[in-house]
Amino acid sequence: MRWKAIVISVLALAVVAWPLAGVAPAQDKSMFIPLLVYRTGAYAPNGIPSANGFNDYFNLLNDRDGGINGVKIAFEECEFQYDTKQGVECYERLKAKSPVLVNPFSTGVTYQLIPKAPVDKIVVHSAGYGMTASADGRWFPWVFNFPMTYWSQASAFVKYVGQQEGGIEKIKGKKIAHIYHNSPYGKEANPTLEELSRRLGFELTLLAVDHPGQEQKATWLQIRRLNPDWIYISGWGVMNQVAIKEASSIGMKMDRVIGNWWTGTEADVVPAGEAAKGYKSMTFHAPGTGFKVHQDLFKHVYDKGKGAYGNDRAKVGEVLYNRTVITAMLNTEGIRTAMGKFGNKPLTGEEVRWGFENLNLTEQRLEQLGMKNLMKPLRVTCDNHEGNGLALVQQWDGKQWKIVSDWIEPMREVVRPKLELAAVEEGKKLGYTMRDCSKEK
Amino acid sequence: MSQLYAFTLGPFADMVSSPVFLVEVIVGGIAAGLMYSLVALGFVLIFKASGVFNFAQGVMVLFAALTLVGLIERGLPVVLALVLTMGVMVALAFAIERIMLRPLVNQEYIILFMATIGLNFFLEGFGEMVWGANVKKLDVGIPDTSFMVAGVQVNKLEMTAAVTAAVLVTVLAVFFQKTRIGRALRAVADDHEAALSIGIPLKTIWVVVWAVAGLVAIAAGIMWGAKSGVQFSLSLIALKALPVLILGGFTSVPGAIVGGLLIGVGEKVGEVYWGPLVGGAIENWFAYVLALSFLLFRPQGLFGEKIIERV
Amino acid sequence: MIYREAGQFKTTYASDQAIFPIVQDRVFVALALACAFAVPLAATEYWLQAILIPFLIYALAALGLNILTGYAGQLSLGTGGFMAVGAYSAFKLTTAFPEASIILVFLASGVMAAAVGLIFGIPSLRIKGFYLAVATLASQFFLIWLFNKVAWFVNYAPSGTITAPDRRVLGVIVTGPNSTAGARYLMALGFVVVFALIAKNLVRGRVGRSWMAIRDRDIAAEIIGVRPLRTKLLAFGISSFYCGVAGTELVFLFLGSAETLAFDINQSFLVLFMIVIGGLGSILGSFLGAAFIVLTPIFLTNVPHIVGLKMSVALLKQIELMIFGALIIFFLIVEPHGLARLWQITKEKLRLWPFPH
Repeated sequence: MRWKAIVISVLALAVVAWPLAGVAPAQDKSMFIPLLVYRTGAYAPNGIPSANGFNDYFNLLNDRDGGINGVKIAFEECEFQYDTKQGVECYERLKAKSPVLVNPFSTGVTYQLIPKAPVDKIVVHSAGYGMTASADGRWFPWVFNFPMTYWSQASAFVKYVGQQEGGIEKIKGKKIAHIYHNSPYGKEANPTLEELSRRLGFELTLLAVDHPGQEQKATWLQIRRLNPDWIYISGWGVMNQVAIKEASSIGMKMDRVIGNWWTGTEADVVPAGEAAKGYKSMTFHAPGTGFKVHQDLFKHVYDKGKGAYGNDRAKVGEVLYNRTVITAMLNTEGIRTAMGKFGNKPLTGEEVRWGFENLNLTEQRLEQLGMKNLMKPLRVTCDNHEGNGLALVQQWDGKQWKIVSDWIEPMREVVRPKLELAAVEEGKKLGYTMRDCSKEK
Repeated sequence: MSQLYAFTLGPFADMVSSPVFLVEVIVGGIAAGLMYSLVALGFVLIFKASGVFNFAQGVMVLFAALTLVGLIERGLPVVLALVLTMGVMVALAFAIERIMLRPLVNQEYIILFMATIGLNFFLEGFGEMVWGANVKKLDVGIPDTSFMVAGVQVNKLEMTAAVTAAVLVTVLAVFFQKTRIGRALRAVADDHEAALSIGIPLKTIWVVVWAVAGLVAIAAGIMWGAKSGVQFSLSLIALKALPVLILGGFTSVPGAIVGGLLIGVGEKVGEVYWGPLVGGAIENWFAYVLALSFLLFRPQGLFGEKIIERV
Repeated sequence: MIYREAGQFKTTYASDQAIFPIVQDRVFVALALACAFAVPLAATEYWLQAILIPFLIYALAALGLNILTGYAGQLSLGTGGFMAVGAYSAFKLTTAFPEASIILVFLASGVMAAAVGLIFGIPSLRIKGFYLAVATLASQFFLIWLFNKVAWFVNYAPSGTITAPDRRVLGVIVTGPNSTAGARYLMALGFVVVFALIAKNLVRGRVGRSWMAIRDRDIAAEIIGVRPLRTKLLAFGISSFYCGVAGTELVFLFLGSAETLAFDINQSFLVLFMIVIGGLGSILGSFLGAAFIVLTPIFLTNVPHIVGLKMSVALLKQIELMIFGALIIFFLIVEPHGLARLWQITKEKLRLWPFPH
């Protein structure tokens, strides 16, 4: 009985003493970037490579280049298990270290941070996810989602299908099914697909899969009956693995099943094994380690024992790893652009925001970074926070992902008008006013 | 009017117009339902023998699958890994009994339920810490291909799961009814104190029950893990098994199978034929509503023990 | 010695029936309330935003569920769904009637949730125990599906989320992106204090006693004249009201914007954990349980920082989960009736201290 009393009193003391401890702010010549990660929980298989990409690239810059133009990058991970509340708690705690930007890496957390961004003066970079409407920078000056949004991706998918069918006119009459996670994320592609279905004349079937998507028999039975020509999957987590397995087990030709860029990672094809061969997915960067930046990563980070994967170098170059290497690069290039105007010193959020908005990533710069062909040049402007990114289609050959298409330009003339309408709506909800880009320079 | 038709008669017309597809949906439903039953069996076992609703059953399935895959990945042959995993689950049962159940003897059921919630969190963190959070492929030599039987597609993995479930249920039903330990288990579930007073060793019984539930969890883990890869989401299947439990009755082993079949078929038929009318993804709540409607007629489930209340 | 009641004589029935009959208690509670209302002057935004506001919101939800499960004995797992009803109806009401006072909107959303709770409480007349718990899961899944499916609830927003707009009370913005954490904290505190008082009085009165009668021996209760239909439905209604307001607060005062994932099954389990750990059938227990569940994970995450221990965040989170689970089991073994009972025992001991008997 005594030891119980002791434990309880210790706990009580700890609870009382805890508020007295504070969080140390960032010091000296460095800029702080928080890393919201999910290395545990249901989405860990995707969270681990994502977190590692960030870690490795920032370490690379600090080691090889001494930071960004001499200013080191201080970064700290915070585990939020892909839970929005924990994500907000992480953000609030790390705010004390004066971050300049944040990658929420979860659509739920992005929505929480969007209203806070202008108040806290922290740039929100939701690369390839988040609120599509925030691509209209006139309404959301602090939120960026380059290199591409879900709506553009859906149009790129349709364009690819058109290419495969021998021309976009040949799409007419074909059956395309969209299997999506029953959440706002999954539904993102629907308006675009419906619009394109009207314009191009293909038959669109929308099938929702309930969260978490562990059991999808009913959906795939309907697919079997429908017998579509092409399938597009917007999934996340276990839904992906089960979907790919079910697709192959009903005898669907895997090279006609294309996942969106969160439904095409190594973790998704692992359980299906051989059956997943031929499965395709969208992406906005190349996979693999055949780029100079990876050589640099091996030389400057892994050889010195600071690699996030430790000794398991085989995992470097995975889809999500490359994705966050690119995202980290975009972050740092945005900061570098800002330094070009404001000087080589630790910058404020406002200055970094300007840098993001005027980011101009040229082919030449990409080559300098060792990322030639890893992604394409990108230009961000005041009213286009999506940039002019291009999409790719990659295919799983049983061992790795390989590019099977050229760089695809999304149908911006279809997507942009709807995006602007959505931005007006979402901006008004938050009480924003549209700014005039021509007045700012 | 056409709306009404679409909702009530339309799906039936649809069913009749392509009977082969209907059979396929039903077969799919049976297969899915039996997979749910495998998980539900674990719940039933523990509830039947100790009156505890084991919230941690889903995590036990995950833990069993993680251990099995982890051992296979470390290079052990499949059979040896399986035996070792069984050993681990038995050891877990010992630990649970010693640390969690013994101090809580004769507490209210809600307290024990809460304790299993604590166990749920603990095993979640522990399993992930030991075996890692990545998704792992589970390959125990069961192919996941389909073959056609009279125009209906049947999946080999699901058939294996169905057979496993059937075998397990038969073995367990015999175990509970015919053996001495089975009788002792039923006595303990009825009343802990009374069972103690006639000399039934409560500690041993509990270890036996949790160990058997652990073994059932291994079977469930193998089947589900082969389907979706072994990862954290596996523990969420418990939620899918709950309607099976309430339909079949918390205390009935054959009820788990019958409930599983009913829920599986009902769910699939509902989703395929009525789902598109309301936008799809109705499976989750449809299963619960189905179970609920049965409950209104039989409040203890189809095969559950009739709750006799004395005033 | 400190906590003596010697010298405190009650001369009226009213003073005898007071919630806090002992003067020391009254002083303590008054001080605690004063401190609570003064917190925004001293606390950092992190404390307010990430710790105190969610604590207050979950305390309200725990109060609601405690009324249903702790006092009326109806085990329910539909809390998340009822919170969602509150949040979404508040969103629709305030966007349709922007001029209406936000306090009225909160209360109206509670009424909507109560109405829904009444409907889903009807099975409780036939089903009992764990079966009822699983049956309420039907309401949980159905409501979440409904909010996902029907775009009208989110005003057809393409993002599928509801966002709290800026609303004022007495000229101060209390919800929406421009509100300060302090204003939101005071709003949540105000609601919790008022509703806790109401709940305390409810459970001490005839209504509460009829609930407890149903909980303990419902057939006997029916025989002595407690009407099960009314009593159970009343419990469901009031409990859903509390949960609905808590759900509204969750979106309007804490998250700012939410999608249905914020109200999924984990919420229901979380609130249930709170009341079991805190103590079933105890108002104070709801608060203690909410504090435990909200604060412990944050505490466990921050301890290594304070102590200076460097660990990978994943390992940290896993150990945190293990400790959390172990703590739950520990507290249940130490005191199966929850933290409230522990507090009661402490108070009993304090009355004698420093004397042994």
